[in-house]
Amino acid sequence: MKAAKIKEAIIDILSDIAPDEELGELKEDVAFAEQLELDSMDFLDIVMELRKRYRIQIPEEDYTELASMSSTVKYLEPLMQDIAKA
Amino acid sequence: MVAKLPDRERIVITGVGLTAPNGNCLADFRQNLLDGKSGVSEYETRYFGKTVAGVCNYDALRYQKRKEVRRGTRAGSAGVYCCREAIADSGIDWENVDRARIGIYVGVTEHGNVETENEIFQLKKYDYDTQFWSHHHNPRTVANNPAGEVSLNLAITGPHYTLGAACAAGNAGLIQGCQMLRLGECDIALSGGVSESIHTFGIFASFHSQGALAKHDDPVKASRPFDVDRSGIVVAEGGCMTVLERLSDAKARGAKIYGEIVGHAMNSDAVDFVLPNPERQAECIGFALKRAELSPEDIDIVSTHATGTISGDLQEAAALRQVWGNNGHTVFNNTKSFIGHAMGAAGALELAGNLPAFDDGVCHASINLDRVDPECELPGLVANQPRELSKVDVILNNSFGMLGINSVVIVRRI
Repeated sequence: MKAAKIKEAIIDILSDIAPDEELGELKEDVAFAEQLELDSMDFLDIVMELRKRYRIQIPEEDYTELASMSSTVKYLEPLMQDIAKA
Repeated sequence: MVAKLPDRERIVITGVGLTAPNGNCLADFRQNLLDGKSGVSEYETRYFGKTVAGVCNYDALRYQKRKEVRRGTRAGSAGVYCCREAIADSGIDWENVDRARIGIYVGVTEHGNVETENEIFQLKKYDYDTQFWSHHHNPRTVANNPAGEVSLNLAITGPHYTLGAACAAGNAGLIQGCQMLRLGECDIALSGGVSESIHTFGIFASFHSQGALAKHDDPVKASRPFDVDRSGIVVAEGGCMTVLERLSDAKARGAKIYGEIVGHAMNSDAVDFVLPNPERQAECIGFALKRAELSPEDIDIVSTHATGTISGDLQEAAALRQVWGNNGHTVFNNTKSFIGHAMGAAGALELAGNLPAFDDGVCHASINLDRVDPECELPGLVANQPRELSKVDVILNNSFGMLGINSVVIVRRI
């Protein structure tokens, strides 16, 4: 999966986790937490959804990599390169 | 005599918020009870299949964000809706109230079954690999969840917890609120009960296995307490939360007062897991009357608990006859005949639907009483059509539950 598709996948997950948020204006280099009402349980939801949808295991020490869209995509690219868009 | 108590020890109902299968506010609920309009419909649930149930259609998004609904439970959502409605109804100056002095006391029959069933259902897709088990499971299933969601939604920092009291829970929530106000633990008690039980297949399957689940081709005819053709319980969801205050506080702010809780009691049968005991039920009614310093004939309306099971209705009828005999004054009705058994919400909902009788002087009926079971015969049973009474001053509300838990609340016009 390429970066653009990974971003689409993250937006799709966020739309489920944060259904009240407007995601169209999301700034890629700004932390999710600064733009959206997300708490630790929501971040665990992102981890869980990646596990459920793409069977990606993210170790706890790497959770900080999911801070913003750009850092998340950068982190996931090598992990998702062999995954076809569902 | 309760009336001799100082106003600061007298507890009054100043707000009501509810969702029932036939109404999402007290005015609509009451009107449908007077009009004989049932809220029972066809229903289908996982594994169990087609059945009937009392389903609510309140607008959860009126008071919750989508995310709150997603993260929380149905019981929590019903609790939020009912508390918000009750607070609005009470006319309390919400922006200036001390939220550390508000207590939240929510009766529940059970909690956690819905979420646990849902998680296991989801986990099956992952071959029961528990790494796919949700981190939301614990906060959703802790026993205080329905009260805790109210605390979060309304930023109430006083005490919150649930009262696990089977189907006596709605009354138990009200009683707890009274007690905490009298103890000075809070100044406003959000008290009542909620039920999400229709969302667990287990409750239907268990009642079915017990031979206690209602069956009828016409859903609105399925719930028929005291009728000879009754076949069991119609499970319902719902909620009813009240604002309780000390009479002194209610007077000071010029609040509208629905009535005063002048008597209450809880006791235990201590004989059987499921079968009720009329001796202990009658004793519980007696304890509540004694606390209120009232005689049976002082009660104008008895809101019965009867659920439509063969044995349970017989037992309550026996208890009622034991207390009231043939006094010729007291009348009896039953709300479950309209909406089914709203479990943890039942006690509070059934009382609330009767409160407007203080104003309109009418006892709503018990519907579906085509042929009263001779063994459930009660002088004063208001069958099928509401009955106008000259005046209603006192209402007694029964709620009983499994493991032999009994509760009675008495409310008097003020």
